[in-house]
Amino acid sequence: MSERHLRVAKVCKSYGRQRALVDVSVTFAPGQVTAIVGPNGAGKTTLLGILSTLARPTSGEIFLGDEPITQSPAARQSIGYVGHEPGVYPDLSAHQNLRIFASLYALADAETRIQAMLERVDLADVRGDLPARAYSRGMLQRLALARALLHGPEILLFDEPSSALDPVGARWLSEELLRERDAGRLVILVTHDLDAAAQVAGHLVVIRRGRVALDRVEPSGFTAAQVRSLYEEALRDR
Amino acid sequence: MTGNFWRYTALIALKDLRIEGRSREVLYTMGFSASLVVLVFSFALASATDPAQGPIVAAGVLWAATLFTGTVALARVLDRERENESIRSLLLSPAPRASIYAGKLIATTVLMLAVEMLLTVLVGVLFSAGVFSHLGWLALVLILGTLGFASTGVVFSAALLRSRSREALLGALLFPIVIPVLLAASRATACLFDPLSPDLEPVAFWVRFLLATDVIYIALGLWVFEPVVIGE
Repeated sequence: MSERHLRVAKVCKSYGRQRALVDVSVTFAPGQVTAIVGPNGAGKTTLLGILSTLARPTSGEIFLGDEPITQSPAARQSIGYVGHEPGVYPDLSAHQNLRIFASLYALADAETRIQAMLERVDLADVRGDLPARAYSRGMLQRLALARALLHGPEILLFDEPSSALDPVGARWLSEELLRERDAGRLVILVTHDLDAAAQVAGHLVVIRRGRVALDRVEPSGFTAAQVRSLYEEALRDR
Repeated sequence: MTGNFWRYTALIALKDLRIEGRSREVLYTMGFSASLVVLVFSFALASATDPAQGPIVAAGVLWAATLFTGTVALARVLDRERENESIRSLLLSPAPRASIYAGKLIATTVLMLAVEMLLTVLVGVLFSAGVFSHLGWLALVLILGTLGFASTGVVFSAALLRSRSREALLGALLFPIVIPVLLAASRATACLFDPLSPDLEPVAFWVRFLLATDVIYIALGLWVFEPVVIGE
């Protein structure tokens, strides 16, 4: 896995007169899980949209290593995204969904990778022609993870991925996140759930009213109490 | 346009057609509504039509039904991307956004043309229109008219992807823009259905008009699709 850092440099985003992000600068390291937390409307999802290249910043730039990636089609090859919606086609089976994305990413060893991914997310034994529409929420989220990992991205972005999962599904997802971190991927998780953030994060970013209110790295990880206290402190401070 | 553009265009069009091949919901809905429209018009106009006006009425019915069913296809082809937010996965893939537009345009056009084949036969039978007298020209008019309609429709349908009342808004926004295409296509079709006037000169004029309109609409679609679908 590459050792490139993802650097957000003085990013601002406005919608008309409303400023969603103001002068945001953060650096994300590979082999680390960053949890971005903050109250509703703080600008977390806007930041994730810009990081994923789906939205353009009004000013500022995002760099992967030394390379600016804002709106770069080539950079999209380096990004995997899992949101609260699975981002797959409900009329197609898991295998057919992954085959479509394997073609879009022009994967050379598509069939081998698809099989490996289906086995990894425990969907290999599901009836081959069963459309994703018939899957449970947990199965859909596992398929979403397989889709996001299929092309071997350097950066993994998660937007409230466990919001509709049961505790077992949420725990499974946290373990997968850590597994990806250990594989050297740069993992960014946007969440409201401070306990979930504490389970996986070694880097905590609190966003408040579009600004970075706290940016703290703790290589040994955070406890739930630490995350809660840092979060409350960051929201109280300014 | 690079080879990559066409590769991604083909992938996206095939993906949409494969999904439709599995569910067939768009084809069945379109086929059913199209048959209904033609049947209703044929009963309503059976005794009222002056034989001299027959080709004009038949062409009008064919394009009115196309307009109606085409809106169903447009709404559904883009709506599938909204379900489960698969549009995000597509936009995050390395596929150029212009090829997403082109792929959607091809898939919608193919679906519409499949239903138009049924419509043409129905109109031929129920309105005694000469649908087989200039089959090559008729196919050309149908393809160009459908492309003109779908090229604008895909853009509007993408713009309304996250709108709550998109079905109602799609027609209201799209129909005024595609009026030139529909007028040209129905004039050309009326000339082709007329067994008494084999003069193809007006048809050639309308075909050139449709071709020019299609080029303009498709170029605009390729240009504006990305900002529209991203919502910038």
